[in-house]
Amino acid sequence: MAQTTTGPALEAGQLIKTYPGGRGKKPIRALDGLSFTAETGTVFGLLGPNGAGKSTTVKILATLARADSGSATVAGIDVARHPDRARRAIGFVAQKQVSDPMDTGRENLVLAGQLQGMRTGDAKIRAVELLERFSLTEAANRLVKTYSGGMARKLDVAIGLMHRPSVLFLDEPTTGLDPEARAEMWAEIERMARLEQMTVLLTTHYLDEADRLASSLAIVDHGRVVAHGTPEELKNQLRGDAVIIELSTETDVAAAQRAVSRVESLREIGMDGHTLRARADIATVALPLALAALEDASLRVLSATVARPSLDDVYLRHTGRTFARAQENTELQGSNR
Amino acid sequence: MTTFVTHTAILTARQLRAATRIPVFLVMNLIQPVIWLLLFGQLFKAVVEIPGFGAGGSYLEFLTPGIIMMMALFGSAWAGTVYIQDMDRGVMDRFLTSPTSRGALMVSTILYQGVLAVVQALVVLGIAWLSGARFHGGLTGILVLLLAVVLLTAVFSAFSNAIALLARQQTALIGISQLISFPLMFLSSAIMNTKLSPEWVRNVARFNPFEWAVVAGRQALSAVPDWAAIWANLGLLAALTVVMAWLATLAFRGYQRST
Ligand SMILES: Nc1ncnc2c1ncn2[C@@H]1O[C@H](COP(=O)(O)OP(=O)(O)OP(=O)(O)O)[C@@H](O)[C@H]1O
Repeated sequence: MAQTTTGPALEAGQLIKTYPGGRGKKPIRALDGLSFTAETGTVFGLLGPNGAGKSTTVKILATLARADSGSATVAGIDVARHPDRARRAIGFVAQKQVSDPMDTGRENLVLAGQLQGMRTGDAKIRAVELLERFSLTEAANRLVKTYSGGMARKLDVAIGLMHRPSVLFLDEPTTGLDPEARAEMWAEIERMARLEQMTVLLTTHYLDEADRLASSLAIVDHGRVVAHGTPEELKNQLRGDAVIIELSTETDVAAAQRAVSRVESLREIGMDGHTLRARADIATVALPLALAALEDASLRVLSATVARPSLDDVYLRHTGRTFARAQENTELQGSNR
Repeated sequence: MTTFVTHTAILTARQLRAATRIPVFLVMNLIQPVIWLLLFGQLFKAVVEIPGFGAGGSYLEFLTPGIIMMMALFGSAWAGTVYIQDMDRGVMDRFLTSPTSRGALMVSTILYQGVLAVVQALVVLGIAWLSGARFHGGLTGILVLLLAVVLLTAVFSAFSNAIALLARQQTALIGISQLISFPLMFLSSAIMNTKLSPEWVRNVARFNPFEWAVVAGRQALSAVPDWAAIWANLGLLAALTVVMAWLATLAFRGYQRST
Protein backbone atom coordinates (compact mmCIF):
# COMPACT_ATOMS: atom_id res chain seq x y z
CA MET A 1 0.00 0.00 0.00
CA ALA A 2 1.18 3.48 -0.68
CA GLN A 3 1.70 4.74 2.79
CA THR A 4 1.55 8.36 3.69
CA THR A 5 4.73 9.42 5.36
CA THR A 6 5.67 12.74 6.72
CA GLY A 7 8.65 14.33 5.08
CA PRO A 8 10.27 13.36 1.81
CA ALA A 9 9.80 9.87 0.35
CA LEU A 10 13.48 9.62 -0.41
CA GLU A 11 16.42 11.30 1.16
CA ALA A 12 20.11 10.88 0.50
CA GLY A 13 22.45 12.87 2.71
CA GLN A 14 26.15 13.26 2.00
CA LEU A 15 26.53 9.75 0.65
CA ILE A 16 30.08 8.59 0.17
CA LYS A 17 30.97 5.26 -1.37
CA THR A 18 34.37 4.03 -2.44
CA TYR A 19 35.00 0.82 -4.36
CA PRO A 20 38.35 -0.91 -4.09
CA GLY A 21 40.15 -0.31 -7.38
CA GLY A 22 41.52 -3.80 -7.79
CA ARG A 23 45.15 -4.85 -8.07
CA GLY A 24 47.48 -1.88 -7.96
CA LYS A 25 44.77 0.58 -8.97
CA LYS A 26 43.45 3.54 -7.05
CA PRO A 27 40.15 3.04 -5.22
CA ILE A 28 37.19 4.44 -7.13
CA ARG A 29 35.16 7.08 -5.36
CA ALA A 30 31.73 6.38 -6.86
CA LEU A 31 29.86 8.78 -4.57
CA ASP A 32 31.45 11.88 -3.21
CA GLY A 33 28.97 13.48 -0.85
CA LEU A 34 25.82 13.03 -2.89
CA SER A 35 22.62 14.51 -1.45
CA PHE A 36 19.05 14.98 -2.63
CA THR A 37 15.47 14.69 -1.48
CA ALA A 38 12.43 13.57 -3.43
CA GLU A 39 8.88 14.43 -2.43
CA THR A 40 6.21 11.78 -2.00
CA GLY A 41 4.21 10.97 -5.10
CA THR A 42 6.63 12.48 -7.61
CA VAL A 43 8.93 11.12 -10.28
CA PHE A 44 12.42 12.13 -9.29
CA GLY A 45 15.14 11.88 -11.92
CA LEU A 46 18.84 11.29 -11.44
CA LEU A 47 20.47 12.42 -14.66
CA GLY A 48 24.10 11.85 -15.47
CA PRO A 49 26.50 10.17 -17.89
CA ASN A 50 27.69 6.59 -17.41
CA GLY A 51 29.77 6.18 -14.28
CA ALA A 52 28.41 9.31 -12.60
CA GLY A 53 27.20 7.27 -9.64
CA LYS A 54 23.49 6.90 -10.36
CA SER A 55 23.34 3.12 -9.99
CA THR A 56 25.42 3.23 -6.85
CA THR A 57 22.97 5.71 -5.33
CA VAL A 58 20.03 3.50 -6.22
CA LYS A 59 21.73 0.42 -4.82
CA ILE A 60 22.35 2.15 -1.51
CA LEU A 61 18.78 3.45 -1.21
CA ALA A 62 17.44 0.02 -2.16
CA THR A 63 19.47 -1.69 0.64
CA LEU A 64 21.67 -3.60 -1.78
CA ALA A 65 24.92 -1.75 -1.14
CA ARG A 66 26.10 0.08 1.93
CA ALA A 67 27.46 3.59 1.90
CA ASP A 68 30.80 4.28 3.58
CA SER A 69 29.13 7.23 5.25
CA GLY A 70 26.11 9.45 4.90
CA SER A 71 22.42 8.81 5.42
CA ALA A 72 19.74 7.23 3.27
CA THR A 73 16.05 7.08 4.05
CA VAL A 74 13.21 5.61 2.06
CA ALA A 75 9.58 6.28 3.00
CA GLY A 76 10.87 7.60 6.29
CA ILE A 77 12.85 4.42 7.02
CA ASP A 78 16.59 4.54 7.60
CA VAL A 79 17.80 1.89 5.15
CA ALA A 80 21.02 1.13 7.00
CA ARG A 81 19.27 0.62 10.31
CA HIS A 82 16.08 -1.14 9.18
CA PRO A 83 16.83 -2.76 5.83
CA ASP A 84 14.05 -5.31 6.28
CA ARG A 85 11.41 -2.64 6.72
CA ALA A 86 12.76 -0.66 3.81
CA ARG A 87 12.60 -3.75 1.57
CA ARG A 88 8.86 -4.04 2.10
CA ALA A 89 8.35 -0.45 1.06
CA ILE A 90 10.32 -0.54 -2.19
CA GLY A 91 10.24 -2.06 -5.63
CA PHE A 92 13.59 -2.43 -7.34
CA VAL A 93 14.12 -2.59 -11.09
CA ALA A 94 17.84 -2.95 -11.64
CA GLN A 95 19.71 -1.80 -14.70
CA LYS A 96 19.99 -5.45 -15.66
CA GLN A 97 16.97 -7.62 -16.36
CA VAL A 98 15.37 -8.69 -13.06
CA SER A 99 13.12 -11.41 -14.43
CA ASP A 100 14.07 -15.08 -14.67
CA PRO A 101 14.27 -16.07 -18.36
CA MET A 102 13.45 -19.70 -17.60
CA ASP A 103 10.13 -18.83 -15.97
CA THR A 104 7.04 -17.49 -17.70
CA GLY A 105 5.97 -13.88 -17.24
CA ARG A 106 3.19 -14.96 -14.94
CA GLU A 107 5.43 -17.20 -12.84
CA ASN A 108 7.90 -14.37 -12.43
CA LEU A 109 5.20 -12.05 -11.14
CA VAL A 110 3.63 -14.56 -8.78
CA LEU A 111 7.01 -15.53 -7.33
CA ALA A 112 7.88 -11.88 -6.74
CA GLY A 113 4.55 -11.35 -4.96
CA GLN A 114 4.98 -14.42 -2.79
CA LEU A 115 8.49 -13.38 -1.80
CA GLN A 116 7.01 -10.05 -0.72
CA GLY A 117 4.66 -11.94 1.56
CA MET A 118 1.51 -11.83 -0.58
CA ARG A 119 -0.80 -14.81 -0.42
CA THR A 120 -0.63 -16.94 -3.56
CA GLY A 121 -4.23 -16.16 -4.51
CA ASP A 122 -3.70 -12.42 -4.16
CA ALA A 123 -0.44 -12.62 -6.07
CA LYS A 124 -2.19 -14.38 -8.95
CA ILE A 125 -4.93 -11.76 -9.13
CA ARG A 126 -2.42 -8.93 -9.02
CA ALA A 127 -0.31 -10.64 -11.71
CA VAL A 128 -3.31 -10.79 -14.06
CA GLU A 129 -3.99 -7.12 -13.43
CA LEU A 130 -0.40 -6.08 -14.17
CA LEU A 131 -0.06 -8.32 -17.23
CA GLU A 132 -3.16 -6.66 -18.57
CA ARG A 133 -1.88 -3.19 -17.82
CA PHE A 134 1.47 -3.75 -19.51
CA SER A 135 -0.15 -5.49 -22.53
CA LEU A 136 1.60 -8.75 -21.71
CA THR A 137 -1.49 -10.91 -21.28
CA GLU A 138 -0.90 -12.81 -24.49
CA ALA A 139 2.70 -13.53 -23.55
CA ALA A 140 1.85 -14.35 -19.93
CA ASN A 141 2.46 -18.07 -20.23
CA ARG A 142 5.54 -17.88 -22.40
CA LEU A 143 9.08 -18.19 -21.04
CA VAL A 144 10.64 -14.77 -20.61
CA LYS A 145 13.64 -15.79 -22.73
CA THR A 146 11.31 -15.57 -25.74
CA TYR A 147 10.33 -11.96 -24.94
CA SER A 148 11.58 -8.95 -26.88
CA GLY A 149 13.72 -6.40 -25.03
CA GLY A 150 10.77 -4.07 -24.61
CA MET A 151 8.48 -6.79 -23.28
CA ALA A 152 11.08 -8.02 -20.81
CA ARG A 153 11.60 -4.49 -19.54
CA LYS A 154 7.88 -3.98 -19.04
CA LEU A 155 7.74 -7.23 -17.12
CA ASP A 156 10.61 -5.99 -14.95
CA VAL A 157 8.64 -2.91 -14.02
CA ALA A 158 5.55 -5.03 -13.35
CA ILE A 159 7.63 -7.24 -11.04
CA GLY A 160 8.67 -4.14 -9.12
CA LEU A 161 5.02 -3.10 -8.77
CA MET A 162 3.61 -6.44 -7.58
CA HIS A 163 3.37 -5.58 -3.87
CA ARG A 164 2.30 -1.96 -4.47
CA PRO A 165 5.49 -0.41 -3.10
CA SER A 166 5.49 3.18 -1.92
CA VAL A 167 8.80 3.83 -3.65
CA LEU A 168 9.83 2.35 -6.99
CA PHE A 169 13.42 2.41 -8.24
CA LEU A 170 13.86 2.37 -11.99
CA ASP A 171 17.51 2.18 -12.95
CA GLU A 172 17.80 3.18 -16.61
CA PRO A 173 14.49 1.62 -17.60
CA THR A 174 14.78 2.46 -21.30
CA THR A 175 18.46 1.90 -22.05
CA GLY A 176 18.81 -0.42 -25.00
CA LEU A 177 15.17 -0.17 -26.06
CA ASP A 178 14.13 0.80 -29.56
CA PRO A 179 12.33 4.16 -29.92
CA GLU A 180 8.90 2.57 -30.03
CA ALA A 181 9.41 0.51 -26.88
CA ARG A 182 10.90 3.57 -25.23
CA ALA A 183 7.87 5.69 -26.00
CA GLU A 184 5.63 2.97 -24.62
CA MET A 185 7.68 2.73 -21.44
CA TRP A 186 7.50 6.50 -20.99
CA ALA A 187 3.74 6.50 -21.30
CA GLU A 188 3.58 3.68 -18.77
CA ILE A 189 5.79 5.48 -16.24
CA GLU A 190 3.73 8.65 -16.61
CA ARG A 191 0.53 6.73 -16.06
CA MET A 192 2.01 4.95 -13.07
CA ALA A 193 3.03 8.17 -11.40
CA ARG A 194 -0.42 9.61 -11.96
CA LEU A 195 -2.51 6.62 -10.90
CA GLU A 196 -0.62 5.14 -8.00
CA GLN A 197 0.32 7.29 -5.07
CA MET A 198 3.90 6.30 -5.53
CA THR A 199 7.30 7.92 -5.59
CA VAL A 200 9.51 6.89 -8.50
CA LEU A 201 13.27 7.30 -8.54
CA LEU A 202 14.34 7.18 -12.14
CA THR A 203 17.92 7.19 -13.34
CA THR A 204 18.70 7.97 -16.91
CA HIS A 205 21.37 9.25 -19.19
CA TYR A 206 18.80 10.51 -21.68
CA LEU A 207 18.17 14.21 -21.37
CA ASP A 208 14.81 14.02 -23.12
CA GLU A 209 13.70 11.25 -20.79
CA ALA A 210 14.50 13.25 -17.68
CA ASP A 211 12.86 16.31 -19.19
CA ARG A 212 9.68 14.50 -20.00
CA LEU A 213 9.21 12.24 -16.97
CA ALA A 214 10.84 13.84 -13.97
CA SER A 215 8.89 16.41 -12.03
CA SER A 216 12.11 17.18 -10.24
CA LEU A 217 15.65 16.12 -10.95
CA ALA A 218 19.25 16.16 -9.89
CA ILE A 219 22.15 16.27 -12.31
CA VAL A 220 24.88 13.98 -11.10
CA ASP A 221 28.50 14.23 -12.10
CA HIS A 222 31.48 12.46 -10.54
CA GLY A 223 29.48 11.26 -7.57
CA ARG A 224 27.96 14.61 -6.66
CA VAL A 225 24.79 16.51 -7.42
CA VAL A 226 25.84 19.53 -9.46
CA ALA A 227 22.36 20.99 -9.96
CA HIS A 228 18.83 20.21 -8.90
CA GLY A 229 15.32 21.48 -9.35
CA THR A 230 12.43 20.99 -11.73
CA PRO A 231 13.47 20.77 -15.37
CA GLU A 232 11.88 24.22 -15.87
CA GLU A 233 13.74 25.78 -12.95
CA LEU A 234 17.01 24.37 -14.18
CA LYS A 235 16.44 25.75 -17.63
CA ASN A 236 15.26 29.11 -16.34
CA GLN A 237 18.44 29.49 -14.33
CA LEU A 238 20.13 29.89 -17.67
CA ARG A 239 18.14 33.10 -18.06
CA GLY A 240 16.82 33.26 -21.51
CA ASP A 241 16.49 31.55 -24.82
CA ALA A 242 19.13 30.50 -27.25
CA VAL A 243 19.41 32.34 -30.56
CA ILE A 244 21.13 30.33 -33.26
CA ILE A 245 21.97 31.89 -36.60
CA GLU A 246 23.57 29.91 -39.36
CA LEU A 247 25.64 31.95 -41.80
CA SER A 248 26.71 31.05 -45.29
CA THR A 249 30.16 29.49 -45.45
CA GLU A 250 31.88 32.40 -47.19
CA THR A 251 30.91 34.82 -44.42
CA ASP A 252 33.63 36.67 -42.55
CA VAL A 253 33.13 35.26 -39.06
CA ALA A 254 34.75 38.14 -37.21
CA ALA A 255 32.63 40.69 -39.08
CA ALA A 256 29.49 38.81 -38.17
CA GLN A 257 30.42 38.72 -34.52
CA ARG A 258 31.21 42.43 -34.57
CA ALA A 259 27.89 43.23 -36.23
CA VAL A 260 25.83 41.24 -33.76
CA SER A 261 27.67 42.49 -30.68
CA ARG A 262 26.03 45.88 -31.30
CA VAL A 263 22.64 44.34 -30.46
CA GLU A 264 22.29 45.11 -26.77
CA SER A 265 19.76 42.43 -25.89
CA LEU A 266 22.10 39.63 -26.93
CA ARG A 267 24.54 38.06 -24.46
CA GLU A 268 27.14 35.30 -24.48
CA ILE A 269 27.74 35.59 -28.19
CA GLY A 270 29.91 32.83 -29.60
CA MET A 271 30.82 31.36 -32.97
CA ASP A 272 30.93 27.64 -33.62
CA GLY A 273 32.22 27.35 -37.19
CA HIS A 274 29.75 29.39 -39.19
CA THR A 275 27.04 29.05 -36.58
CA LEU A 276 26.50 31.97 -34.29
CA ARG A 277 25.05 31.28 -30.85
CA ALA A 278 23.83 33.83 -28.36
CA ARG A 279 21.42 34.14 -25.49
CA ALA A 280 18.57 36.61 -25.07
CA ASP A 281 15.92 37.28 -22.45
CA ILE A 282 13.24 37.58 -25.10
CA ALA A 283 14.46 35.98 -28.27
CA THR A 284 11.54 37.12 -30.41
CA VAL A 285 12.62 40.68 -29.84
CA ALA A 286 16.36 40.11 -30.16
CA LEU A 287 16.29 37.97 -33.27
CA PRO A 288 14.93 40.60 -35.74
CA LEU A 289 17.48 43.07 -34.41
CA ALA A 290 20.29 40.60 -34.94
CA LEU A 291 19.13 39.82 -38.45
CA ALA A 292 18.92 43.53 -39.24
CA ALA A 293 22.46 44.07 -37.98
CA LEU A 294 23.75 41.27 -40.19
CA GLU A 295 21.80 42.64 -43.14
CA ASP A 296 23.37 46.08 -42.61
CA ALA A 297 26.81 44.48 -42.73
CA SER A 298 25.78 42.67 -45.94
CA LEU A 299 26.26 39.23 -44.42
CA ARG A 300 24.20 36.34 -45.76
CA VAL A 301 22.06 34.35 -43.30
CA LEU A 302 21.05 30.76 -44.14
CA SER A 303 18.76 30.10 -41.22
CA ALA A 304 17.81 31.40 -37.81
CA THR A 305 16.39 29.49 -34.87
CA VAL A 306 15.21 30.32 -31.41
CA ALA A 307 15.32 27.58 -28.80
CA ARG A 308 14.19 27.32 -25.23
CA PRO A 309 17.19 26.26 -23.15
CA SER A 310 17.56 22.46 -23.04
CA LEU A 311 18.85 20.28 -20.26
CA ASP A 312 21.93 19.89 -22.40
CA ASP A 313 22.59 23.60 -21.92
CA VAL A 314 22.04 23.13 -18.20
CA TYR A 315 24.46 20.24 -18.16
CA LEU A 316 27.05 22.21 -20.06
CA ARG A 317 26.72 25.12 -17.73
CA HIS A 318 27.21 23.03 -14.56
CA THR A 319 29.87 20.58 -15.64
CA GLY A 320 31.69 22.55 -18.28
CA ARG A 321 31.19 19.87 -20.92
CA THR A 322 28.33 18.85 -23.16
CA PHE A 323 26.44 15.76 -22.26
CA ALA A 324 27.43 13.97 -25.44
CA ARG A 325 31.10 14.63 -24.71
CA ALA A 326 30.79 13.34 -21.13
CA GLN A 327 29.08 10.21 -22.36
CA GLU A 328 31.81 9.55 -24.94
CA ASN A 329 34.55 9.94 -22.37
CA THR A 330 33.05 7.48 -19.95
CA GLU A 331 32.44 5.04 -22.73
CA LEU A 332 36.13 5.08 -23.53
CA GLN A 333 37.00 4.54 -19.87
CA GLY A 334 34.17 2.09 -19.52
CA SER A 335 35.78 -0.42 -21.83
CA ASN A 336 38.19 -1.45 -19.07
CA ARG A 337 35.50 -1.87 -16.44
CA MET B 1 10.25 -19.31 10.34
CA THR B 2 7.14 -19.77 8.20
CA THR B 3 8.63 -17.20 5.83
CA PHE B 4 11.76 -19.31 5.62
CA VAL B 5 9.78 -22.46 4.85
CA THR B 6 7.51 -20.79 2.24
CA HIS B 7 10.42 -19.05 0.53
CA THR B 8 12.45 -22.27 0.48
CA ALA B 9 9.55 -24.13 -1.10
CA ILE B 10 8.83 -21.60 -3.84
CA LEU B 11 12.49 -21.00 -4.66
CA THR B 12 13.23 -24.73 -4.86
CA ALA B 13 10.22 -25.12 -7.15
CA ARG B 14 11.59 -22.36 -9.37
CA GLN B 15 14.85 -24.22 -9.91
CA LEU B 16 13.22 -27.59 -10.49
CA ARG B 17 10.91 -25.94 -13.00
CA ALA B 18 13.89 -24.45 -14.84
CA ALA B 19 15.68 -27.82 -14.90
CA THR B 20 12.73 -29.63 -16.45
CA ARG B 21 12.63 -26.94 -19.13
CA ILE B 22 16.11 -27.84 -20.35
CA PRO B 23 15.80 -31.48 -21.40
CA VAL B 24 19.44 -31.60 -22.54
CA PHE B 25 20.46 -30.74 -19.01
CA LEU B 26 18.40 -33.58 -17.54
CA VAL B 27 19.63 -36.10 -20.08
CA MET B 28 23.24 -35.09 -19.45
CA ASN B 29 22.75 -35.52 -15.74
CA LEU B 30 21.39 -39.02 -16.24
CA ILE B 31 23.90 -40.18 -18.83
CA GLN B 32 26.88 -39.04 -16.81
CA PRO B 33 26.54 -41.61 -14.00
CA VAL B 34 26.10 -44.39 -16.55
CA ILE B 35 29.34 -43.44 -18.24
CA TRP B 36 31.30 -43.27 -15.02
CA LEU B 37 29.94 -46.53 -13.75
CA LEU B 38 30.59 -48.50 -16.90
CA LEU B 39 33.98 -46.89 -17.47
CA PHE B 40 35.34 -47.54 -14.01
CA GLY B 41 33.61 -50.89 -13.77
CA GLN B 42 35.42 -52.14 -16.88
CA LEU B 43 38.75 -50.45 -16.15
CA PHE B 44 39.16 -51.84 -12.68
CA LYS B 45 37.30 -55.12 -12.92
CA ALA B 46 40.32 -57.05 -11.83
CA VAL B 47 41.28 -54.95 -8.81
CA VAL B 48 39.22 -56.99 -6.37
CA GLU B 49 41.51 -59.86 -7.09
CA ILE B 50 44.52 -57.93 -5.81
CA PRO B 51 45.44 -59.56 -2.51
CA GLY B 52 44.36 -57.45 0.41
CA PHE B 53 41.51 -55.65 -1.37
CA GLY B 54 39.10 -57.80 0.56
CA ALA B 55 35.83 -56.15 -0.40
CA GLY B 56 33.95 -59.42 -0.37
CA GLY B 57 31.65 -58.96 -3.33
CA SER B 58 32.37 -57.82 -6.85
CA TYR B 59 34.21 -54.60 -7.67
CA LEU B 60 30.97 -53.25 -9.07
CA GLU B 61 29.36 -53.61 -5.67
CA PHE B 62 32.34 -51.89 -4.10
CA LEU B 63 32.34 -49.16 -6.71
CA THR B 64 28.64 -48.28 -6.83
CA PRO B 65 28.45 -46.23 -3.62
CA GLY B 66 31.75 -44.61 -4.57
CA ILE B 67 30.39 -43.50 -7.95
CA ILE B 68 27.17 -42.29 -6.36
CA MET B 69 29.10 -40.05 -3.96
CA MET B 70 31.37 -38.90 -6.74
CA MET B 71 28.37 -37.79 -8.78
CA ALA B 72 27.01 -35.97 -5.75
CA LEU B 73 30.36 -34.25 -5.16
CA PHE B 74 30.84 -33.13 -8.76
CA GLY B 75 27.22 -32.12 -9.09
CA SER B 76 27.36 -29.91 -6.04
CA ALA B 77 30.52 -28.28 -7.27
CA TRP B 78 28.29 -26.73 -9.94
CA ALA B 79 25.58 -25.69 -7.48
CA GLY B 80 26.75 -22.07 -7.41
CA THR B 81 25.97 -21.76 -11.11
CA VAL B 82 22.38 -20.86 -10.28
CA TYR B 83 23.62 -17.89 -8.26
CA ILE B 84 26.05 -16.86 -10.97
CA GLN B 85 23.24 -16.76 -13.50
CA ASP B 86 21.04 -14.82 -11.11
CA MET B 87 23.88 -12.38 -10.45
CA ASP B 88 24.69 -11.92 -14.14
CA ARG B 89 21.12 -10.81 -14.52
CA GLY B 90 19.48 -8.57 -11.97
CA VAL B 91 17.60 -11.47 -10.38
CA MET B 92 19.88 -11.81 -7.36
CA ASP B 93 19.83 -8.07 -6.73
CA ARG B 94 16.06 -8.10 -6.87
CA PHE B 95 15.88 -10.94 -4.33
CA LEU B 96 18.30 -9.15 -2.04
CA THR B 97 16.34 -5.87 -2.17
CA SER B 98 13.12 -7.69 -1.27
CA PRO B 99 12.33 -9.43 2.04
CA THR B 100 13.42 -12.77 0.55
CA SER B 101 14.88 -14.96 3.28
CA ARG B 102 18.66 -15.33 2.82
CA GLY B 103 18.48 -18.73 4.47
CA ALA B 104 15.83 -19.81 1.97
CA LEU B 105 17.97 -18.62 -0.94
CA MET B 106 20.74 -20.86 0.39
CA VAL B 107 18.68 -23.90 1.39
CA SER B 108 16.62 -23.92 -1.82
CA THR B 109 19.68 -24.36 -4.02
CA ILE B 110 20.91 -27.09 -1.66
CA LEU B 111 17.58 -28.91 -1.80
CA TYR B 112 17.43 -28.60 -5.56
CA GLN B 113 20.91 -30.05 -5.90
CA GLY B 114 19.92 -32.76 -3.42
CA VAL B 115 16.98 -33.79 -5.56
CA LEU B 116 19.21 -34.06 -8.62
CA ALA B 117 21.78 -36.11 -6.70
CA VAL B 118 19.14 -38.50 -5.34
CA VAL B 119 17.73 -39.09 -8.82
CA GLN B 120 21.23 -39.75 -10.14
CA ALA B 121 21.95 -42.11 -7.25
CA LEU B 122 18.82 -44.10 -8.06
CA VAL B 123 19.88 -44.32 -11.70
CA VAL B 124 23.31 -45.61 -10.72
CA LEU B 125 21.78 -48.15 -8.34
CA GLY B 126 19.43 -49.35 -11.05
CA ILE B 127 22.15 -49.77 -13.63
CA ALA B 128 24.48 -51.48 -11.18
CA TRP B 129 21.69 -53.86 -10.25
CA LEU B 130 21.03 -54.64 -13.89
CA SER B 131 24.75 -55.29 -14.33
CA GLY B 132 24.65 -57.87 -11.59
CA ALA B 133 25.51 -55.97 -8.41
CA ARG B 134 23.48 -56.91 -5.35
CA PHE B 135 22.92 -54.64 -2.36
CA HIS B 136 22.47 -56.66 0.76
CA GLY B 137 21.57 -53.69 2.92
CA GLY B 138 18.10 -53.70 1.36
CA LEU B 139 15.71 -50.76 1.42
CA THR B 140 17.02 -49.43 4.73
CA GLY B 141 20.52 -49.50 3.32
CA ILE B 142 19.45 -47.56 0.25
CA LEU B 143 17.62 -44.94 2.29
CA VAL B 144 20.67 -44.43 4.51
CA LEU B 145 22.84 -44.15 1.41
CA LEU B 146 20.50 -41.50 0.02
CA LEU B 147 20.67 -39.61 3.29
CA ALA B 148 24.45 -39.59 2.99
CA VAL B 149 24.08 -38.34 -0.61
CA VAL B 150 21.88 -35.45 0.50
CA LEU B 151 24.20 -34.44 3.33
CA LEU B 152 27.28 -34.60 1.11
CA THR B 153 25.49 -32.52 -1.51
CA ALA B 154 24.48 -30.00 1.12
CA VAL B 155 28.04 -29.52 2.37
CA PHE B 156 29.51 -28.94 -1.05
CA SER B 157 26.59 -27.02 -2.54
CA ALA B 158 26.83 -24.56 0.33
CA PHE B 159 30.56 -24.30 -0.33
CA SER B 160 29.98 -23.78 -4.05
CA ASN B 161 27.35 -21.13 -3.35
CA ALA B 162 29.73 -19.26 -1.08
CA ILE B 163 32.42 -19.29 -3.76
CA ALA B 164 29.88 -18.08 -6.31
CA LEU B 165 28.85 -15.16 -4.11
CA LEU B 166 32.42 -14.12 -3.46
CA ALA B 167 34.02 -14.83 -6.85
CA ARG B 168 30.96 -14.00 -9.01
CA GLN B 169 32.38 -15.73 -12.06
CA GLN B 170 31.53 -19.08 -13.52
CA THR B 171 35.13 -19.83 -14.48
CA ALA B 172 36.43 -19.02 -11.01
CA LEU B 173 33.68 -21.12 -9.47
CA ILE B 174 34.45 -24.17 -11.56
CA GLY B 175 38.20 -23.74 -11.14
CA ILE B 176 38.03 -23.55 -7.37
CA SER B 177 35.48 -26.34 -7.09
CA GLN B 178 37.54 -28.72 -9.16
CA LEU B 179 40.70 -27.81 -7.35
CA ILE B 180 39.00 -29.12 -4.27
CA SER B 181 36.86 -32.00 -5.48
CA PHE B 182 39.52 -33.96 -7.36
CA PRO B 183 41.93 -34.33 -4.43
CA LEU B 184 39.01 -35.16 -2.17
CA MET B 185 38.00 -37.92 -4.54
CA PHE B 186 41.45 -39.46 -4.77
CA LEU B 187 42.07 -39.19 -1.06
CA SER B 188 39.16 -41.49 -0.39
CA SER B 189 38.06 -45.06 -0.85
CA ALA B 190 35.55 -44.14 -3.55
CA ILE B 191 37.15 -46.12 -6.35
CA MET B 192 40.05 -47.79 -4.58
CA ASN B 193 40.17 -49.44 -1.20
CA THR B 194 42.40 -47.31 1.01
CA LYS B 195 43.77 -50.50 2.56
CA LEU B 196 45.95 -50.59 -0.52
CA SER B 197 47.01 -46.94 -0.27
CA PRO B 198 49.94 -45.51 1.63
CA GLU B 199 49.31 -44.92 5.30
CA TRP B 200 49.22 -41.13 4.97
CA VAL B 201 46.35 -41.37 2.50
CA ARG B 202 44.39 -43.40 5.04
CA ASN B 203 45.13 -40.82 7.71
CA VAL B 204 44.11 -37.91 5.54
CA ALA B 205 41.00 -39.71 4.34
CA ARG B 206 39.69 -39.82 7.90
CA PHE B 207 39.29 -36.04 7.79
CA ASN B 208 37.80 -36.02 4.33
CA PRO B 209 34.04 -35.26 4.35
CA PHE B 210 33.75 -37.00 1.03
CA GLU B 211 35.19 -40.16 2.58
CA TRP B 212 32.64 -39.91 5.41
CA ALA B 213 29.87 -40.12 2.86
CA VAL B 214 31.51 -42.96 0.95
CA VAL B 215 32.01 -45.02 4.10
CA ALA B 216 28.47 -44.38 5.34
CA GLY B 217 26.99 -45.28 1.96
CA ARG B 218 29.09 -48.40 1.44
CA GLN B 219 28.49 -49.69 4.93
CA ALA B 220 24.77 -49.10 4.55
CA LEU B 221 24.64 -51.22 1.41
CA SER B 222 26.73 -54.06 2.82
CA ALA B 223 25.39 -57.32 4.23
CA VAL B 224 26.56 -56.59 7.77
CA PRO B 225 26.54 -52.81 8.17
CA ASP B 226 28.71 -51.25 10.86
CA TRP B 227 25.98 -49.02 12.26
CA ALA B 228 28.28 -47.24 14.67
CA ALA B 229 30.51 -46.14 11.80
CA ILE B 230 27.49 -45.16 9.72
CA TRP B 231 25.97 -42.90 12.36
CA ALA B 232 29.32 -41.41 13.28
CA ASN B 233 30.00 -40.45 9.67
CA LEU B 234 26.48 -39.18 9.06
CA GLY B 235 26.72 -37.15 12.26
CA LEU B 236 29.95 -35.54 11.09
CA LEU B 237 28.37 -34.73 7.73
CA ALA B 238 25.27 -33.26 9.34
CA ALA B 239 27.35 -31.05 11.63
CA LEU B 240 29.46 -29.86 8.72
CA THR B 241 26.31 -29.16 6.68
CA VAL B 242 25.01 -26.79 9.34
CA VAL B 243 28.34 -24.99 9.61
CA MET B 244 28.81 -24.68 5.86
CA ALA B 245 25.26 -23.48 5.17
CA TRP B 246 25.63 -20.88 7.89
CA LEU B 247 29.00 -19.67 6.58
CA ALA B 248 27.67 -19.58 3.04
CA THR B 249 24.69 -17.50 4.12
CA LEU B 250 27.17 -15.03 5.59
CA ALA B 251 28.73 -14.78 2.12
CA PHE B 252 25.66 -12.80 1.04
CA ARG B 253 27.10 -9.98 3.12
CA GLY B 254 30.37 -10.27 1.29
CA TYR B 255 28.50 -10.03 -1.99
CA GLN B 256 26.60 -6.97 -0.86
CA ARG B 257 29.73 -5.30 0.43
CA SER B 258 31.38 -5.44 -2.97
CA THR B 259 28.23 -4.35 -4.80
N1 LIG C 1 30.80 -3.17 -7.95
C1 LIG C 1 31.67 -2.23 -8.32
N2 LIG C 1 32.99 -2.40 -8.11
C2 LIG C 1 33.88 -1.45 -8.46
N3 LIG C 1 33.56 -0.28 -9.01
C3 LIG C 1 32.28 -0.02 -9.25
C4 LIG C 1 31.25 -0.99 -8.93
N4 LIG C 1 30.06 -0.46 -9.28
C5 LIG C 1 30.33 0.76 -9.80
N5 LIG C 1 31.63 1.04 -9.79
C6 LIG C 1 32.27 2.29 -10.24
O1 LIG C 1 31.67 3.36 -9.57
C7 LIG C 1 31.45 4.47 -10.44
C8 LIG C 1 29.97 4.84 -10.45
O2 LIG C 1 29.23 3.80 -11.07
P1 LIG C 1 27.66 3.76 -11.23
O3 LIG C 1 27.32 2.43 -11.80
O4 LIG C 1 27.02 4.15 -9.98
O5 LIG C 1 27.42 4.88 -12.33
P2 LIG C 1 26.13 5.20 -13.16
O6 LIG C 1 25.98 6.67 -13.14
O7 LIG C 1 24.99 4.41 -12.67
O8 LIG C 1 26.52 4.75 -14.60
P3 LIG C 1 25.88 3.62 -15.49
O9 LIG C 1 24.99 4.35 -16.41
O10 LIG C 1 27.04 3.01 -16.19
O11 LIG C 1 25.20 2.67 -14.58
C9 LIG C 1 31.97 4.04 -11.78
O12 LIG C 1 33.27 4.57 -11.93
C10 LIG C 1 32.04 2.55 -11.71
O13 LIG C 1 33.10 2.06 -12.48
